[in-house]
This record gives sequence, structure tokens and C-alpha cells, in this order.
Amino acid sequence: MVKSNIVTLRKAKNSIMLLLCFISAIYGIFWLFWILITLVIKGSEAFSLKLLYLDPTPPGVEGGGLRHAFVGHFIIVSLATVIGIPIGIMAGIFFSEYGKRSRLFTVLRMITDILVSVPTIIVGATVYAILVKPLHHFNALSGIVALSIIIMPIVAITTNEMLKLVPNNLREAAYALGSYKWEVTLKVTVRAARNGILTGVLTGIARIIGETAPLLFTSFSNQYLNLNILKPMASLTVYIFNYVMGPYEYWHQQAWASALILTLIILLLFGITRLIIRERRK
Amino acid sequence: MLKEKIEVINLNFYYNNNHVLKNINLKIYEKRITALIGPSGCGKTTLLRCFNRMHDLYPDNRYEGKILLDGKNILDKDADLMKLRSKVGMVFQKPTPFPMSIFDNVAFGLKLKGIKGNELRDRVEKALKDAALWDEVKDRLDESALSLSGGQQQRLCIARTIAVEPDVILFDEPTSALDPISTAKVEELIVKLKENWTIIIVTHNLQQAARISDFTGFMYLGELIEFGSTKDMFIKPRNKLTEDYITGRFG
Repeated sequence: MVKSNIVTLRKAKNSIMLLLCFISAIYGIFWLFWILITLVIKGSEAFSLKLLYLDPTPPGVEGGGLRHAFVGHFIIVSLATVIGIPIGIMAGIFFSEYGKRSRLFTVLRMITDILVSVPTIIVGATVYAILVKPLHHFNALSGIVALSIIIMPIVAITTNEMLKLVPNNLREAAYALGSYKWEVTLKVTVRAARNGILTGVLTGIARIIGETAPLLFTSFSNQYLNLNILKPMASLTVYIFNYVMGPYEYWHQQAWASALILTLIILLLFGITRLIIRERRK
Repeated sequence: MLKEKIEVINLNFYYNNNHVLKNINLKIYEKRITALIGPSGCGKTTLLRCFNRMHDLYPDNRYEGKILLDGKNILDKDADLMKLRSKVGMVFQKPTPFPMSIFDNVAFGLKLKGIKGNELRDRVEKALKDAALWDEVKDRLDESALSLSGGQQQRLCIARTIAVEPDVILFDEPTSALDPISTAKVEELIVKLKENWTIIIVTHNLQQAARISDFTGFMYLGELIEFGSTKDMFIKPRNKLTEDYITGRFG
């Protein structure tokens, strides 16, 4: 009799724990979906193609769009990617293939780990001191540099981890055919890890595309379309930030629509990443 | 007519100050199969990896003594390891196809040597034929090498190795990860390769050594206990340890 009591008790405990976990999960997912659904509803209501091809009207005059911010955002993010990714990948290769036994590696790898978790606003402030202050005005280049500093360690660490997963006998097999180290690394090791590295790259882009804080100090903003990276340049995130806090209703509308587009781009990048990971498992 | 291809003279090998190979003396004959047998940890794979200086990829290793390949000491400080490794090829325990197409796998070593175009295609085809794989893959050369079965992958690795036309091929337990049918095919292939190549094979499988090799070396605790023709060694071993190992009393 006693025994069956214990069993009942354990069963009850089991159900309660499961229920608690379930409720917690629902709680988390609820807010996430609430935010997303609000964003989709408000964003799609406010969306208009004019947002993409019109520049802003003077403050207070309804209409206009954010073409200049879309263009600026694209320029800043893509140039940051072009600078940050090769350096990140090469650093990852150095960590995994060349530096493993040197003290330099230990130090650099530690700094990279720290860099990943540095608040991005600090990166922005640092670049402000280096690239904005001496030039006496905000400029897109400093924003590009700030974002590339943020993406670099992410890519370096993923590359390092993915290369570590490549079995050593694959490297040995390439050496056994008379290859030099760079041939082994480039043609066999990096190739074997390419999907993983690509995943790191996409995650990195998704990460910097939504950054606001480091751009506030650096590329700042611009009311007009600007293609010169030595001048202030508008970006979507900064515009969303400004418009949300602004006094006009149509600003809020445009901010919603821009936030929706930005979120969709990020979701798309994560979707591609998932596809690549699934492809690799096959 | 037996001709010496490799001569090992007083070879000692240290790994992290562990004395792993002790005073090895050994001759490898041209176009013959030499098997190295012995219990796990006896140093047979370590010895095999001296012949293409694979140990040099890792730190804290030291060789003493000589290994003469065609009369030239490959342990010399100024030996060109990349050249050595294109003369002494190696096939590993687990198949190691590169993550690229079947064709590119076989072409890998050839491309390093700067071979291109028609010659490249011909040499890839010849290597795949020599490795008895051509008929199975000739219509799917562009497919990923990872789509092949384990046994096919191992024969692909053999094709890749013979494509660069080395003098010597080292086999490190090439069938231990394969099923019996694939094993039989790979063994048959190794025996056929003897027509053109000098072969050294490390194996855990005594029957395999008896079936395919001409010479056998028995190693124990880093020493070469006995070396001789496979027939003699399996019928009347001279050393008590060899006899105990071959008859399955330990190992």
C-alpha cells in the first residue's frame, strides 16, 4: 500500500513539473509572438511602396519615405560585411590551423571571446573617439568600421569552432599527397567546414543589421540621400529610433513599416541559416 | 629477383620523450608486400608513419638512425617532405574522401603537380581503373565522393594515392572499417598493385597478413621481434613471442 502511495506521489510530481515547464514555455513564446504579431499588423497597415522610393519630406509635412535610409543601411551593412568577414574568417583559420600552439593564440582567442560580449554601444563610442572626433563630423565610414568590429569576432569564433570539427585524418590525407599547409587548409579543411562557416557569416550579418547604438555615435543620420561614406549617412535603425520618439503620427507609421521590413530580412537570414544546417546533416 | 627499396637502419623514435621505436632494422623489397603485425600499441603504425614522415606534422617528435629510400636518407634535416610524400603515398584506416567530387578527389594530387586538361582526365581514369573503381563511378564522376559506400570510398582513396604515381604505398589497417565483401575487394586490389608498387601494410588481421603479404615483421613493445618471409613466419616462427602471438595466445 505504502509503495503505491509513493508511486502516485511521484506521478503527481512529474505532472506538476511538466505543467510548470509548459507554462514557462508558453509565457516566453506568448510575448515573442505578441511582439511579432503587433509588428506585422501595424507594420503592414503602415507599409506603402512610397517608403522605398521617396525621400523624407520636411518635418511635419506628411508623406515621403525613407529611401535614403534603406540605401544608407544597405551601404553601411554591406561594406561592414565586406571588411569584417574576410578578416573574421582568416582569424578563425589562424586560430584553428596555424596558431594553436603559440601563446599569441591564447591571448588573441581570449580577446576575441571578450569582444563578442562587449556591449555594442562601447564599440560605437570607441570608434567615435578614433574616427569621428578627429574628422570633426559624423561619417558613415566610422559606422562601417564599428559594425565590422562587431561582426569580426562572431565570424572568427564560428570559423574556429567549425574548423575544429573537421577530422584530423582529412588533413593528414591531404598532407600524404604532398600538399603544403596552405593547400591543405584552403582546399580541404576550409572546404569541409564551408557550410558551418557560411552559417557564422549569416548569423553575423543578421546580428549587425539590427544594430542601432553603435551607429548613433558614428554614421549618425542624414535627412538626404547620401552616397559619400565620409559624410553622415542615414540608416534604418537610427531612423526608427528617431521617428518613434518624434511627435508626428506619420513618423510612427513609417517606423512601424521599416521595423517590419528589417525584421523580415533578419528572419530570412536565419531561415537560410537553418536550411544550410539541415543540408549539412543530410 | 629481390631488390631493396627501403632500408631501415638503427631507427629510434621518440614521442614526448617516450622511446616508442627501439633500434629497428628492416629491409623492404621492391614490388613486394610487407606486412607489419603486432598487438595494439606495439609501434607498427608509428613505424609506418616514419616512412612518409607524417610525425612531422606534430610537435615533440625525434628520429634517430636512418631510413634509406633508394639509398637516400629520408630522415635528413633538409629532406623535402612534400616531395617525399608524393613518392611515398598513404592510405588510412578510415576512408578519407575529400568533400568534393569523385573526379576532383583523384585529381587532387595531380593538380598539385600542375597537371591539367586532357592529361589530367586520362590520369584520373587510369588511376580509377587501376583501383578497380572505374566501372562503378564512370557515369557519376561529378557526384560528391561522400555519396560512395565505405568500400568504394576506400578504393577511391587508393586511386587518389596511386594517381600521383608514388614508388611506395603505405596502408594503415585499410580494411578495419570495412565489411567482409569490401575487405575482400580491397585485399584483391592490394595484391594487384604489387605489380607496380612497393607496399607496406599495417594490419591487425593475421589472416590478412598471411593471405596477401610476402614479408612480415612482428613488433612488440616498440621492437621488431622477428622479420622474414611470411610463409616462414607463419609456419615456423623462430621466436617464442611471435609463435604465441600468431597462435593467438596473446594480442
